[in-house]
Amino acid sequence: MLMNNNVRNSQPGFKMSKLKELTDKCEHLAFDLNFNAAKKWKAEKENRVLVGYMPIYFPREIIHAVDGLPVGIMGGGDRKQIVIGDAYYQSYICHIPRGIIEMALSGHFTNFDGFVFPAICDVIRNLSGMFQMSNIGKFAKYIDFPQDFNSDIGGEFYIQEMNSVLSKIKEINEVELTTERLNHSIGLYNKNRQLIEEIYDIKQAFPWRLTAVETYHIVRAGMVIPVEEHNRILEEVLYEIRQDIGEPLDKIKVVITGAFCEQPPVSLIKTIELAGCYIVDDDFMLGSRWIQGDVDNTTDNPLKALSEAYLNFSTFSSSVYDIGNPKSKRLINLIKRREADGVIFAAPSFCDPALLDNPTYNKECDKAGIRYINFQYHENIGQFKVIKEQVGAFSDSIKLWA
Amino acid sequence: MPENVKKERSMILQKEMIGNLFKELGNVKQTGKKVVYTFVPGNLSELIRSFDMLPVYPEINALQSGMRKKSDAYIREAEKWGHSEDVCTYVKCDIGMMLKGNIGPTGEKVPDPDLLLLSYTGCFTFLKWFENLEKLYPGVPVALIHTPYQENGEITAEMTEYMVKQLKNDVIPKMEQVSGQKFDPEKLKTILQHSADIEDLIVKIFDTTKNVPSPIDAYFAGVYYIGPINIGFRGTPEATEYYKELYSEILERVRLGLGPVTPEGEMEEERYRLVVEGPPNWTSFREFWKLFYDMGAVIVASSYTRVGGVYKNGFRHDPDRLLESLSEYCMGCYTNMNLPQRVEMLAKEIKDYKADGFLVNSIKSCNSFSAGQLLIMRTLEDRMGIPVGFIESDLVDPRYFSYSNIKNRLESFFQMLEQRKLINV
Ligand code: SF4
Ligand code: SF4
Repeated sequence: MLMNNNVRNSQPGFKMSKLKELTDKCEHLAFDLNFNAAKKWKAEKENRVLVGYMPIYFPREIIHAVDGLPVGIMGGGDRKQIVIGDAYYQSYICHIPRGIIEMALSGHFTNFDGFVFPAICDVIRNLSGMFQMSNIGKFAKYIDFPQDFNSDIGGEFYIQEMNSVLSKIKEINEVELTTERLNHSIGLYNKNRQLIEEIYDIKQAFPWRLTAVETYHIVRAGMVIPVEEHNRILEEVLYEIRQDIGEPLDKIKVVITGAFCEQPPVSLIKTIELAGCYIVDDDFMLGSRWIQGDVDNTTDNPLKALSEAYLNFSTFSSSVYDIGNPKSKRLINLIKRREADGVIFAAPSFCDPALLDNPTYNKECDKAGIRYINFQYHENIGQFKVIKEQVGAFSDSIKLWA
Repeated sequence: MPENVKKERSMILQKEMIGNLFKELGNVKQTGKKVVYTFVPGNLSELIRSFDMLPVYPEINALQSGMRKKSDAYIREAEKWGHSEDVCTYVKCDIGMMLKGNIGPTGEKVPDPDLLLLSYTGCFTFLKWFENLEKLYPGVPVALIHTPYQENGEITAEMTEYMVKQLKNDVIPKMEQVSGQKFDPEKLKTILQHSADIEDLIVKIFDTTKNVPSPIDAYFAGVYYIGPINIGFRGTPEATEYYKELYSEILERVRLGLGPVTPEGEMEEERYRLVVEGPPNWTSFREFWKLFYDMGAVIVASSYTRVGGVYKNGFRHDPDRLLESLSEYCMGCYTNMNLPQRVEMLAKEIKDYKADGFLVNSIKSCNSFSAGQLLIMRTLEDRMGIPVGFIESDLVDPRYFSYSNIKNRLESFFQMLEQRKLINV
């Protein structure tokens, strides 16, 4: 039986499977643009703080260690109508910041204490200033990630940046960071990444067991709930998909890249799968999978451990300067490791970081004999016909050549 | 420049200076001088000069290509090569020029780089630009200096220390290696003294717009005035002489009560005084400028003339704090300031230079400038109580310069200014 959402639902007398229950719950969490779960968590205990963070990566461990919940803000997608946001952005700027400002100004972030804007591009950077000017939250902090990868230079600077975030939280809840607590938080997020990676590994071998949309919901839910709860969900999902469920279909395996910030609408992900592709890896929720492997949680300087992990074990990304460790080579390795048949470069319109990488990526794929297609989207795109045809033709051509 | 416009001595000096640089670049094979590609905002020209190397600024090549109507073909070449229509056109223009043989604005081939010096002050796209260049010039060493953003509206001691360490650890050793010369702090000291003198003059020059009528246009002519410091002449005796000369010519205009010089001669009557935010359009620069001077509009301050350095707030290169002051210079550039700082600076200029209106030229290419401009504009409108205007164009992509759209919008803006004047009379 094909275990996609529709079929799981449509069986007469069908008792909702555990997996369906879990993915439904995750979908609800992932797309609750009022962040009720996070707000409820905060209300349960005094001194808890909510810190919203923008894509891509942020060391969530440090927030967790001081009684905070880091909440990933991935924009309004196609679920938030833009009324005010367009008055803040010219037409040639990507879509995500207008959704975020719309949400900010229409009360979605009530009870959030502060916001963190990771250094990824000038749009997110300037959005931090817009939050500052509009007095949204108690703090709006742009966190500058080092592009120098020496421990005593970029590493030290990064520790200062993390400390600066921590001092802002301390001003609010007076909670002191301790080595023990941070090591504990690091351990929890290590676990979280291990579990997510296991899901991707199973999906690589048996992609029919969990659709790309379900995977997306499951991983995205982790951005808005406590890591302990997310780890429990992931364990349960893993239990289900370790079973021999579903039947393979004649689809090609693809990796999607370029979609690390502004998110494609779920219907677009669905369209890609329906057009004949299994998505075996992607960068949709790249921040949750940023550090490759575990961060050392046994040291007496856990901030340094986080910093070392960032410098040495970050995944490749359009926001990280890649001289000396070219991302195009790392992408090829990922495609090979995932045994994918091709790659889809899906980038948000007007996204300089993603789009400026494409020619280099394309050329590297040409060299390696890997087939690919490029297209652009925006988070509230409503028409998928052209993309469906393009992906369909791509999948057919690969099958034909195979 | 039409025949009837008398060439001032400063113009001749500037032309000579720039001509000599291109001549030197053309002769590197004979002279053995090393070439460093780098960017204008946060440029380390004094350091490059202290190693006797020559700078090439890809953005300057791009803007010159725009002015000489060559950018269109270069951009299309880069798009053919795989770049999206959506991305910064400076990058595409430069890459296109390279793909077409790297023939520079003077018609001569620009020499290949010996060093790629990436100081990406205030813009992430620079980083992507150099990743692309690094692939086009395989094997050329790359030195990177990451300039922290003034996210909290300040430059902290830690930020400076981070930059100094990068200079010591990466930039200077690579320059030593490429140039074959040891770092010479004494030489750099002398150069920085000149820089500080030049920066004093720059501030005085742009401050003359306090006069009514303003003797200069701080945007359209301003981009020429900042040319020498933005293309590597900061810290040189030639540039000091140029700025002294320019300043004395401007003072003479003030004494005579003259308005700015335009490509069609002196501007007769100053009707509107404006502060402008955002870079200009280069592909139709003359037409664009004409839309303003025909209406008697003079730009009394512009943020764009500060992308290569902000000196009005007191910053000067300091010969006694060599690497620290180079770092602080980089961090101080306009697009490395956070949005509240940008608003403060613009508000002060509106006040100091008695501007009647504030105008944004929003550039499609440039997220660094453009993201947030609408909020900046509305904030200034509320705070300063002056009319604001908004136009859109691009730096070097002629497809995004619509003369009629811009004209219409400017006409409404000028009407608004006129009405305001009538009310205030
Ligand atoms: S979609 Fe791209 S350009 Fe837009 S905010 Fe994200 S990274 Fe920046
Ligand atoms: S985005 Fe703006 S500052 Fe950056 S390279 Fe392009 S034009 Fe220059």
